[in-house]
Amino acid sequence: MTTPTAPDSMYRNDEGLGIWEHRGKVAAVGVGHAPTSRRWDGRPETCVGAITIDALRKAIDDAGVAPDQIDGLVVVPVTTTGAFWEAGKPLPMDVIQSFNQTDDPLDGIAKLSAEWLLKNMPELTNVNFTMYGPGCMSNALNVTAQAVGDGLTHTCLVVKSWHNFEGRYYQGGANAGAALPGTPAITQLWGGPASYSTALQFAEYCRKYGKTHEMMAPFMENSRRNGLRFPEGYWAQHRPEELGPEDYLASRWIAKPANLFDNDIPIMMSGAYLFSTAERAADMKQKPVYILNHASSNTRPRSLLPTLDEVEADTARTGRKIYEGAGITADDLSFENMYDGFSLFHQFHLEGLGYRGIKFGEALDFYQTDISIEGPNPVSPSGGNVGSGRSRVWMHTDCIQQLQGRAGARQVTGVKPEVGVSGGPMPLGGNYTVWSASPD
Amino acid sequence: MAKQGVDPDELTQPFWDAANEQRLVIQNCVDCDRLQHPPSNTCRDCDDGGALEWKQVSGRGTIYNYGVVHDCPVRLLQEDQPFNLAVIMLDDDPGIQMYSHLPGVPVDDVPVGAAVEVIFEPSANGQLVPEWRVIDG
Ligand SMILES: [Zn+2]
Repeated sequence: MTTPTAPDSMYRNDEGLGIWEHRGKVAAVGVGHAPTSRRWDGRPETCVGAITIDALRKAIDDAGVAPDQIDGLVVVPVTTTGAFWEAGKPLPMDVIQSFNQTDDPLDGIAKLSAEWLLKNMPELTNVNFTMYGPGCMSNALNVTAQAVGDGLTHTCLVVKSWHNFEGRYYQGGANAGAALPGTPAITQLWGGPASYSTALQFAEYCRKYGKTHEMMAPFMENSRRNGLRFPEGYWAQHRPEELGPEDYLASRWIAKPANLFDNDIPIMMSGAYLFSTAERAADMKQKPVYILNHASSNTRPRSLLPTLDEVEADTARTGRKIYEGAGITADDLSFENMYDGFSLFHQFHLEGLGYRGIKFGEALDFYQTDISIEGPNPVSPSGGNVGSGRSRVWMHTDCIQQLQGRAGARQVTGVKPEVGVSGGPMPLGGNYTVWSASPD
Repeated sequence: MAKQGVDPDELTQPFWDAANEQRLVIQNCVDCDRLQHPPSNTCRDCDDGGALEWKQVSGRGTIYNYGVVHDCPVRLLQEDQPFNLAVIMLDDDPGIQMYSHLPGVPVDDVPVGAAVEVIFEPSANGQLVPEWRVIDG
């Protein structure tokens, strides 16, 4: 079985599409997470393939579904955090020989195919639909929701995993070389770190609206606080440290105005969900969380980096698409879990949504109010990547768990959890999901 | 600041050749008459991918925005940290951006909005690379 990448037709990129045709008819039920780690220790049982199997099995158990009832699998094939297996580095044969390998020896180690997973999960005997959602869980979720709605699969697993190897982030390969090929040279000769583009958008935002980097501190503190209540997350598992304003503001710059904590920490992790039709979900072990809509943006910047104008136009458009397809307004959101890795763009997502009525330039002031899970205006109850490390998955897990009423110490208490939204990554472009405790 | 060298490829050979002649050229679509940068093989605005030419531009611009890089992934630039990394908008079309280290401008003391002009600096393998300096007065 060859696995195709999801076609463009599965995404809802445009405004004016109306209510999503499968609104309330697709549900997420099971959640599974593997333990996190900072980097791979080289053992077979901790390679990215192994932790993915772990997360998938936990999602299946969580939903209480027999593995032979599962007929679909959506995978994000890219697993890198920025770490690549260097050319010429010997292959880890003991790891490769521990699994049923595909033709690619790095499958399950530095990437992930649906074929590899099916070869190593013999209990999945009835999977006849596989598809790749490129990039992020946010993308794969859109694909999964649409596939279940369209009847391509009735009980579908979706998984995103990350590997991280020894060595400093993005510092190998071309960045260490004496010369660059002409095309990448046009953008890479100047050496901007990964967070540079976001840092510039934030700088422009601060100049335009008279805001400061210090105003991010309450958001960062809140996000880490929520992350420390996320037992599946990296900081909760390995470094249970609060992030107060002093620590945040004293940390070193990476690309000023982005500091170390504004950059999410690369980790190894795997997160998986079990999706099904609303009908089948009704008989499963956990309370179904219904998908009201998925929306996407494929907007690209005109030139090297998105300008603030481009970002604001696109986040506003994304907000309209999210609400239109779900048949809701901003007033219906119980909480928001938009993406935050890098932290300095979370406000763009919030303002595009018009969350709690905030307009462009107002989110940092909003951060100075009660944004906790106990208050009436929860911001990022998942804690996001700031709170649990780089995964782009926590926001989705949290939406499901909040609406199921099993977010534990993170459970929102100042609002009734009825409708949530999550997605990203960057404010220009991205993929978004609207979740609901009820199908209508 | 010593930048990595450049090995021009098919797409960008005209850009780098012009730089060696101290001229700044940017891709332009002959069909929709719109500049685009970074370069690509087809026009990103024309649905059928309009034909592209290289057009010489004035070499004047303004500083649109900047950050200060303290932790750079490029090994060769690490000894110069921290350094300014600015985005220039071209006067010919303010939607078109180019990067600059702003030689001569003190770190984190960047005059956003100031007028700049292109200069050309040798990279590690001698290829000239466009840079930008603030126009006095
Ligand atoms: Zn064109």
